[in-house]
Amino acid sequence: MESGPITGPVLTDGVAGETHPRSADLSGIPAKPNPAATGENGGSFWRRFIFRRPLVALILQRFGLSVGLLFAVSLMIFGGIEALPGDFATTYLGQSATPQAVENIRKDLGLDKPWSERYLSWLGGAVTGDFGTSWASKNSVSEQIGNRLGNSLFLAFFAAIVSVPLAVGLGMLAVQFRNRLPDKIINVISLAAISLPEFFIGYLLILFFAVQLGVATFPATVYDSMSFTERLSAIALPVATLVLVVLAHMMRMTRAAILNVMSSAYVETAELKGLGTFRIIARHAAPNAVAPVINVIALNLAYLVVGVVVVEVVFVYPGMGQYMVDAVTVRDMPVVQACGLIFAAFYIFLNMAADILAILANPRLRHPR
Amino acid sequence: MPDLLSVKNLKIEATSYPPGEPPKVVTLVEGVSFNVEKGKVLGLIGESGAGKSTIGLSALAYGRGGVRITGGEVLLNGRDILKLDRSGINSVRGCHVCYVAQSAAAAFNPAHKLGDQVIEASLRHGIMSKEDAKKRALYLFRVLGLPNPESFGERYPHQVSGGQLQRAMTAMALCPNPELIVFDEPTTALDVTTQIDVLAAIKHAIEETHTAALYITHDLAVVAQISDDIMVLRQGKTVEYGTTKQVIEAPKEDYTRALVSVRQAKRDEAPDQSGTLLKIERVHAGYSNGFKVLHDVSMHLPKGQTLAIVGESGSGKSTLARVITGLLPPSEGRIVFDGKELPKALKGRSNEELRRIQMIYQMADTAMNPRQTVRDIVGRPLSFYFGMHGAKKTERVGELLDQIEMGSRFLDRYPAELSGGQKQRVAIARALAARPELILCDEPTSALDPLVAEGILNLLMKLQEETAVSYVFITHDIAIVRAIADSVAVMHRGRLVRFGPKSKVLSPPFDDYTDLLLKSVPEMEIGWLERVLKTRRMESAGN
Repeated sequence: MESGPITGPVLTDGVAGETHPRSADLSGIPAKPNPAATGENGGSFWRRFIFRRPLVALILQRFGLSVGLLFAVSLMIFGGIEALPGDFATTYLGQSATPQAVENIRKDLGLDKPWSERYLSWLGGAVTGDFGTSWASKNSVSEQIGNRLGNSLFLAFFAAIVSVPLAVGLGMLAVQFRNRLPDKIINVISLAAISLPEFFIGYLLILFFAVQLGVATFPATVYDSMSFTERLSAIALPVATLVLVVLAHMMRMTRAAILNVMSSAYVETAELKGLGTFRIIARHAAPNAVAPVINVIALNLAYLVVGVVVVEVVFVYPGMGQYMVDAVTVRDMPVVQACGLIFAAFYIFLNMAADILAILANPRLRHPR
Repeated sequence: MPDLLSVKNLKIEATSYPPGEPPKVVTLVEGVSFNVEKGKVLGLIGESGAGKSTIGLSALAYGRGGVRITGGEVLLNGRDILKLDRSGINSVRGCHVCYVAQSAAAAFNPAHKLGDQVIEASLRHGIMSKEDAKKRALYLFRVLGLPNPESFGERYPHQVSGGQLQRAMTAMALCPNPELIVFDEPTTALDVTTQIDVLAAIKHAIEETHTAALYITHDLAVVAQISDDIMVLRQGKTVEYGTTKQVIEAPKEDYTRALVSVRQAKRDEAPDQSGTLLKIERVHAGYSNGFKVLHDVSMHLPKGQTLAIVGESGSGKSTLARVITGLLPPSEGRIVFDGKELPKALKGRSNEELRRIQMIYQMADTAMNPRQTVRDIVGRPLSFYFGMHGAKKTERVGELLDQIEMGSRFLDRYPAELSGGQKQRVAIARALAARPELILCDEPTSALDPLVAEGILNLLMKLQEETAVSYVFITHDIAIVRAIADSVAVMHRGRLVRFGPKSKVLSPPFDDYTDLLLKSVPEMEIGWLERVLKTRRMESAGN
């Protein structure tokens, strides 16, 4: 285009002739330029990929970030343990530690090699599922953890199966009866449960159900020889404790997320369609409240696996938490490292799953323009 | 035979909770009565706060937030729906009476397909089978002129444009075959060229289905095209109620006369448009994600004059303002101010360069710190650019407040204590405080009611005469362009379509886009819509 003379404005007409909409353009084809089309003429392969398959790209990105994070965590676990004062040899030998004996044990365990070499060989083993042998018991760590992890997951699984639907259901119920008696009762009870420490809830449950009423099993120790139903009855009390601990958090988040959505214009539209309250909550509000709720659920599920140390100790339950605590007291490093890494992996991948689910719940990403 | 809808002596109240004071009951609507016959359209018109939406929602026995209908009757086919219980009201809503919201983009649930939402009410009320509802939705999509009606229902709200969503919302309201539809400003959020299509589609659809309607809007020219009767409201009370012809052509009340004659102001352009204060030379600009907004834009503005930049949303007009201020450095091209090229980015500009260009925003609300008083807001540029403080600063703030016709009694008010028009005036005073040579006005009146907006425009013109300040005035409203501009730039999809003195730009021969834009502006004339549609159809037949 030629810019007009500087002396005065001159009519510049039809500068962008080819982009004019025809007068016949009454059908309302979107006048917005398509960002995907603009994005494609520049940028790398990855950039084009993001524009074409935003969902796949985002999920791949989350996955990559999680794996990277896990490596960073493994480095921190190893480094952290390296930096701890004292070592296994002196703890193991106790009073009888002569420099020569300490030196021998260190050599046996390979502690005389540089830390980078030890890290790489540990990481190489960990990637293939081999966490070495325990210093204290000389058993394979992977084998031991396999058992314990199974127990922990068993407990967490049943706690989750009870608590997640219960929390979401109670949250919806609290919204339906907002600021009325059921909402207030739910709120007070959940607040009480969240305020009491978990060991206290555990002891209260033991007192009432195992000691006074005698209907529950205590301790909750499980053996290989137990049948499935026996196991279930054994874990009833720890599951109840865990449910009470995580329920309030998820329930309150569900309530807050749905209430937030309830003030939106599309819920008003649903109300003006003459729909019933429950249908409005379940069909119009809940799908849009999914993302924040999923995040809280994932955090709590991670807690059910990672944070159950206290509950396992209270109920004498042979899970990962107890195993790790025992290992820390004797400085059995391979076990501590393995437990730490597995806990971190659970935490990271549950959060990744929550992220991915939240992305999938977003219709804008699921159905790009 | 009774009227379809008969509202008698309606009274609506709300409870407000001012901080630190006991709750106060506010009367929003009082003594309003009207009738709607079967198949007729009543237009409710008024400024914001007139209670039009509140009255419209009362036809569904609904109050937003803490709003309560406390008196009067709303008779639907002779039955008072205010006396119904919850399930009784639910059987009226979405079945006998439906609602079309102002922002369809917010009113559609983002998580469900459009088709499912359109037929939901029909299914839940058991009005028709799923098969029949789908057929009816398809029929309505066709009547409303939606593209690919067969597959339209399979799409999600974010996948279609604003104008299409507004039409889909109308289809959703029409689907259960209601007797009455409440349209709450259905075209206000749309561009003019889209508005005319939606308006025509709505008019066609309600004629085709013999549905009665309450049509709520603040734009008398729009309501004149679609309604049989008009009720003018102000502060919750009826000002005038009569047939459309009587209200438009022979208004009885002063207020109605003011509404009819507003936006007809015109100003002659400056005869001498030589000299340049601001010159925009071949500017290209885009955002960091690679999305290019402006393509080769050039224009200029003489000292003491007004350049109006007009275009629809997405045309790049606000982006151009960001480029001029330096908030968004251009990728190519130059901004020359008073004969000197300005550094591209804000960071590179000196205080003096910043002082000479000031800005007024569309939303005065969000452009002011709610925790500062008017004294602080207007005084800030005084201390920043001129180092003023104490009594001298207060005196100057007082002068500025006099200039914007508000006065020193507003010195210690907070923005929340001001009306929309007063807030925009304070924003103008803040811009003036820097003694700028150029003020960029980004749609400063589009969030205001017509009469208030007119006051702001008059103020801006008066200030231009007094201080010889230049304006770049960004707007989508051709009437404003006519009222204030010396030169005009028409923008479309990031390109300059037309630029020159107002008289030349706004007179034929036109290019296609300017022609479409000018023809789409509703005129205060009954039958305007039909006339425009006819010429458009002839043109498209000729193509």
